[in-house]
Amino acid sequence: MARKISYQQAISEAMDQEMARDQTVIVMGEDVAGGAGTPGEEDAWGGVLGVTKGLFHKYPGRVIDTPISESGYVGAAVGAACNGLRPVAELMFIDFMGVCFDQIFNQAAKFRYMFGGKAETPVVIRAMYGAGFAAAAQHSQCLYNIFTHIPGLKVVVPSNPYDAKGLLIQSIRDNDPVIFLEHKVLYTMEGEVPEESYAIPFGEANVLREGDDVTIVAFGRMVNFAMEAAGNLQKKGIHCDVIDPRTTSPLDEDTILESVEKTGRLVVVDESHPRCSMASDIAGLVAQKAFGALKAPIEQVTAPHVPVPFSDSLEVLYVPSVARIEAAVTRVKEYS
Amino acid sequence: MSAIHTLTMPKWGLSMQEGKVNGWLKGTGDAIAVGDEILEVESEKIAGAVEAPVAGVLRRQLAAEGDVLPVGGLLGVVAGADVPDAEIDAAVEAFQANFVPPTGDEEESGPAPERIEIDGRRIRFLKRGEGGTPLILVHGFGGDLNNWLFNHEALASERTVYALDLPGHGESAKEVGNGSLETLASTVLGLMDAQGVEVAHLAGHSMGGAVCLKVADMAPQRVASLVLICSAGLGSEINGAYIDGFVTAQDRRALKPLLAQLFADSSLVTRQLVDDMLKYKRLEGVGEALATVAAANFAQGRQRESLAQVPAALGKPVLAIWGQADQIIPAAHAPAAAGAIRVEVLAGQGHMVQMEAANEVNRLIDHFLG
Repeated sequence: MARKISYQQAISEAMDQEMARDQTVIVMGEDVAGGAGTPGEEDAWGGVLGVTKGLFHKYPGRVIDTPISESGYVGAAVGAACNGLRPVAELMFIDFMGVCFDQIFNQAAKFRYMFGGKAETPVVIRAMYGAGFAAAAQHSQCLYNIFTHIPGLKVVVPSNPYDAKGLLIQSIRDNDPVIFLEHKVLYTMEGEVPEESYAIPFGEANVLREGDDVTIVAFGRMVNFAMEAAGNLQKKGIHCDVIDPRTTSPLDEDTILESVEKTGRLVVVDESHPRCSMASDIAGLVAQKAFGALKAPIEQVTAPHVPVPFSDSLEVLYVPSVARIEAAVTRVKEYS
Repeated sequence: MSAIHTLTMPKWGLSMQEGKVNGWLKGTGDAIAVGDEILEVESEKIAGAVEAPVAGVLRRQLAAEGDVLPVGGLLGVVAGADVPDAEIDAAVEAFQANFVPPTGDEEESGPAPERIEIDGRRIRFLKRGEGGTPLILVHGFGGDLNNWLFNHEALASERTVYALDLPGHGESAKEVGNGSLETLASTVLGLMDAQGVEVAHLAGHSMGGAVCLKVADMAPQRVASLVLICSAGLGSEINGAYIDGFVTAQDRRALKPLLAQLFADSSLVTRQLVDDMLKYKRLEGVGEALATVAAANFAQGRQRESLAQVPAALGKPVLAIWGQADQIIPAAHAPAAAGAIRVEVLAGQGHMVQMEAANEVNRLIDHFLG
């Protein structure tokens, strides 16, 4: 039965249901229990924003508070995955990946390839990403593109509660390393989510809205901005396809190309910096494989090539806005 | 006094918040009879026609093609030819001044589905209307109670009408036992028992028709009449490619062309319809449930069980309604139980005839039930 819950609850429920279903699923990370080994255990906080709250008592011994050492516990999670567990390791903010990147891109991502396909590494690394909390340059970045670049990793960027639950369940069941990225501003977003368990396959884009004029491809929080823009544009007579790829790796190229073949116009909305981004990646894909269909230059609506500003008034200007998306769509529509 | 009647955006289903005007089928100044289709409206899920509730003249078209209006928003005005323009303008002004669009986050005012335990399974059903001999609506393979979106309320003006989710379907439990018609029919009888319904009219679509025939076979004394819509159980042919494809389809690209086979007008297969179906198919246990039901009833593209003799043996009124262009179960099956069945074949309609030609089907059923 579907009922309305938040993105945060959807993520928590996915871990809960998978831990109940499969004894090998464990959760580890900084403060994922919260106060383990101290008198605070009783009302364990469950992560900095409470996403893992309740799991510590429900699954004794399977929710592990780790030292503040990402290189240590992410490495331990990767090793545990190689030895039969399905760890869900939480890297509090994606910005901290620098200190454990070797464990991710040189170890987890390479095992299947380097051991002749015999090794499986079913580890999930969850992390918060994105601007909007005035959390400054070291806690606000949007770095899914960096993981997307690495073969051997699957990268998931859910934009709503329904997708968050189904994609996290798929991530936990997947036999390859998965980077599961949660936009912190979306944690309070509510939506209809079935109580039952369900898995959404990777590499299957969600088409949220259909229109013949312009294709908008957006990721994570930007999907909701794109939908708002498309709603406003419809009132002006511009009809948009809005596509959420849901996973940046694997990428559902067919859905994007089919849409551009219909509309001839593409706007990509990406909260990352513009260089070597999903925006430039998809622009390149379409320029190469759907060139003949294009009626206008491709527009990329991204953050600027600067660190995320701490000042909240500057941060609002930094993040792509509904108005910028509308302007970009209008430009490509009016071009021809 | 010649009354002024407002035509407003209908609410098709609990989730509908707004609808788009697809086009007017009647022009300003046209004479309107009760039941005439005046304009076509499209919700997120499906398109349908808005019918005239009264006779008169279409005096105003207040929404243009392509306009999106909230549920309850003013589409047009029907009134007698003798009503002065000034009165109509005043009525429109009064309506618009008082109209408050639904906010979307308020509590739904309509009846909510209920859940009960039948044969150890949680079963969802929706009850509307009161009194009379109850009518029970039984959906087909892969469907749910929302397949009756355009029928349920209309039919409930004269009687209690139940629609249920069969085991393995909608929001009912996904465990289906052996998946046989008998198992599914037991659920319908279980719902009747639980609701204290001794005798009911049964209306089934597709596989749901075969389920109704099975109920009539198992407990003829509980059945007042049967309405069989594009029904299984009356012949051996069935579109096996559709059944197998539906069971195995995992994504939008695979599912959409299959769903298009259900409708004569494939443009009715909206993005939302495909998305809702994918959400259902992803639920834990659904794949297995569908495979079990398909194997038990439609293996190798043939219907396993013929119940064509049931109507004659039942000795109660039976109405068969078919879309002539049905691509799943041929309309030629309708007269299979000739003599015992009244047959209505609707030209230009497909398998989901109760959705595509809802008004016509509702009228046929209402007339049949008296």
